[in-house]
Amino acid sequence: MSDEEFPLLSELKKGPWPSFVKEIEKTAEHKPEMKDLLKQLERSYEDKITYWKHGGIVSVKGYGGGVIGRYSFLAKECPGVAEFHTMRVNQPAGYFYTTEALRKICDIWEEYGSGLTNMHGSTGDIILLGTTTHNLQPCFNELAKAGFDLGGSGSALRTPNACVGPARCEFACIDTLELCYDLTMSYQDELHRPMWPYKFKFKISGCPNDCVASKARADFSIIGTWKDSIKIDQEEVKKYAEQGVDIKARVVNNCPTKCMEWDEEKKELRIDDSNCVRCMHCINVLPKALRPGDERGAIILMGGKAPILEGPVMSWVVVPFIKVEPPFEEIKELAENVFEFWDENGKFRERLSELIERVGMMRFLEAVGIEPDPRQIKEPRTNPFYFWKEEDLKPRTDPWEIWRKAEKEM
Amino acid sequence: MASEPVEEEYISDIGPPYFKDMLPPVIKNNYGKWKYHEVLKPGVLVHVAENGEKIYSVRVGQPRLLSIYTIREICDIADKYCDGYLRFTTRNNIEFLLTDESKIDPLIEEIEKLGFPVGGTWDAPSGKYGLSNIVHTQGWIHCHTPAIDASGPVKAIMDALFDHFKDMDLPGLCRISLACCLNMCGAVHASDISLVGVHRTPPIVDDDVVRRTCEIPSTVASCPTGAIRPDMKKKTVIVNEERCMYCGNCYTMCPGMPLFDPENGGVAILVGGKLSDARSPARLSKVVVPWLPNNPPRWSEVVDVIKRILEAWAAEAKPHERIAEWIDRIGWEKFFERTGIEFRVQVIDDFKLPRLTFRTTTQFKW
Repeated sequence: MSDEEFPLLSELKKGPWPSFVKEIEKTAEHKPEMKDLLKQLERSYEDKITYWKHGGIVSVKGYGGGVIGRYSFLAKECPGVAEFHTMRVNQPAGYFYTTEALRKICDIWEEYGSGLTNMHGSTGDIILLGTTTHNLQPCFNELAKAGFDLGGSGSALRTPNACVGPARCEFACIDTLELCYDLTMSYQDELHRPMWPYKFKFKISGCPNDCVASKARADFSIIGTWKDSIKIDQEEVKKYAEQGVDIKARVVNNCPTKCMEWDEEKKELRIDDSNCVRCMHCINVLPKALRPGDERGAIILMGGKAPILEGPVMSWVVVPFIKVEPPFEEIKELAENVFEFWDENGKFRERLSELIERVGMMRFLEAVGIEPDPRQIKEPRTNPFYFWKEEDLKPRTDPWEIWRKAEKEM
Repeated sequence: MASEPVEEEYISDIGPPYFKDMLPPVIKNNYGKWKYHEVLKPGVLVHVAENGEKIYSVRVGQPRLLSIYTIREICDIADKYCDGYLRFTTRNNIEFLLTDESKIDPLIEEIEKLGFPVGGTWDAPSGKYGLSNIVHTQGWIHCHTPAIDASGPVKAIMDALFDHFKDMDLPGLCRISLACCLNMCGAVHASDISLVGVHRTPPIVDDDVVRRTCEIPSTVASCPTGAIRPDMKKKTVIVNEERCMYCGNCYTMCPGMPLFDPENGGVAILVGGKLSDARSPARLSKVVVPWLPNNPPRWSEVVDVIKRILEAWAAEAKPHERIAEWIDRIGWEKFFERTGIEFRVQVIDDFKLPRLTFRTTTQFKW
């Protein structure tokens, strides 16, 4: 492509960071119609506005989601991208690939699409960016033959996602990848056929470092943790100290509950585990010396979401500890109780957090069968405005009766 | 009776490939049995298993928007050095997975020749942190609701902060994320620095498009401030412009009311979010710059503010301290002073529960 033709975009070919413009150019070298994408994008850069139309319902046989319809306002000027639909392809958990699998996707997308991808979309899917309505079904059929399926879109379960987990991380307290795969397979119908009030997300992180940003966006966040004591290898602690790690300044002083002590003389690190909140800082800094304990499981937090509609929400603790072992029955039972409650009570486009805020945690906890626990809150409420049920109370007395009786007696 | 043609079986609902079929043998052998990891140099990790086996990961930055032709070149490299195994990270990096340490440097040479930088790692024991890649959205390349582009500003910012990706020269983790509108297809609202495309003018209703394409009750219900009312006679909607906060949720519901306004749309900058619970609790990002112009192709005003925030933090943060924790220590008033960012009235909350953000203590600094 000549830089004179696309002067604004060509500015983004400069500089050390790899250029997305060069990636589009590369597809255009093989697929001339992709020059129209550069043309449309250059026009957006000139006019500071998108030229993609709103929506368009397209899909593949038997599915209600996984394909995002996209049409251009510049269809005449840029016919090569007049129809430019996205296919969301469910990634393998942990984003692990063999080159054989990746090449298969490349070959299919070369034949049926633009040749442009996102590795990956924010939710986790492989995003195949740009194809025609005509090509959707054959592309899907080929992907399915190669062992790939679509991800979620619309008011459905969105593609579950997980951190790298036990595949390559010593901090993983749960098998994030196996759980991610299991949930994805268990809820295929909910994933492909939107039938809920709005979207629903599962994100699974192996430890409180939350590398998959679960708390920020998942309606149902699963975060690995442990209940017993941190495992210490004092020899390795000593080695870190000898290498120049200032254990007191860098580890002990950063402990949020001050539950650690550094014995400078003995070169020994002591932890009062009864006061540990398992924040991960000391383990992050001394990975050779400290490890999560053995009594492992997960914390289930719920309600995370972006600002639309009522403002951003961080997931909050609903289940402080749950065992996470195949076949994950306990987690799935809880998830299904939540689906049911939300499906029955949620309004159109209401995320789980907004529903819970509307009906109250009291009703929610009861409906999904979770006991109240101080770990669910930062602090108790500051107002005394709450509900009681009949069974909490003694039989009702009528004050008027009391007063009238008293008046009569006078 | 003529025999009917045999239809090929329709494959659906098969789910993703099983991840274990994608794992290199050393990972399969040591799944859940990793003992520790070390950072050998920027961009290169080694994970050591309980049995002493090792896997090396070479982390590589990429623009997220990748052509299949580049993916094939990446595959060629993975075939040559990694027995055909690689992965991607939650922050859009590629990780080449190797077992032969001697192949690391030749791999790095080859991938950098292709134009992809090695880096994005941090070494917590030594307190040296590199900047990871930016999580971001589609923007003008494919989205119908963006207030700004996504890949363009990301490229401009990463060009400016490139050395921080390559070298581990920052005091703590710094996650930068960008969403091109408030729908936020990405977890940008809990990042150390987040950029969000915002509109500043109300939707312009085209009655004809509304009649043809919108469901009026759900459009009315979509407004968080109750600014939209139905006009039953004309079968359209009316926007009370004084109540509109330009969130764009109505446009997501109804194609007949776009908010686009090239000279007024722009970028809001939020800081101080974090998701890890390490040291201090996870928290949401807070708006510090309500608006900057949407200025392609290199968004110089945005890049300048990001650099100022990053440099002010890096200059005085203690080891491991993230932007949120640095602000905890110095106070918001000092944050604005140190970064030179003008404190504008829009930064004071007036949405749903503003009182939660008002200062109810007499403790502050001059």
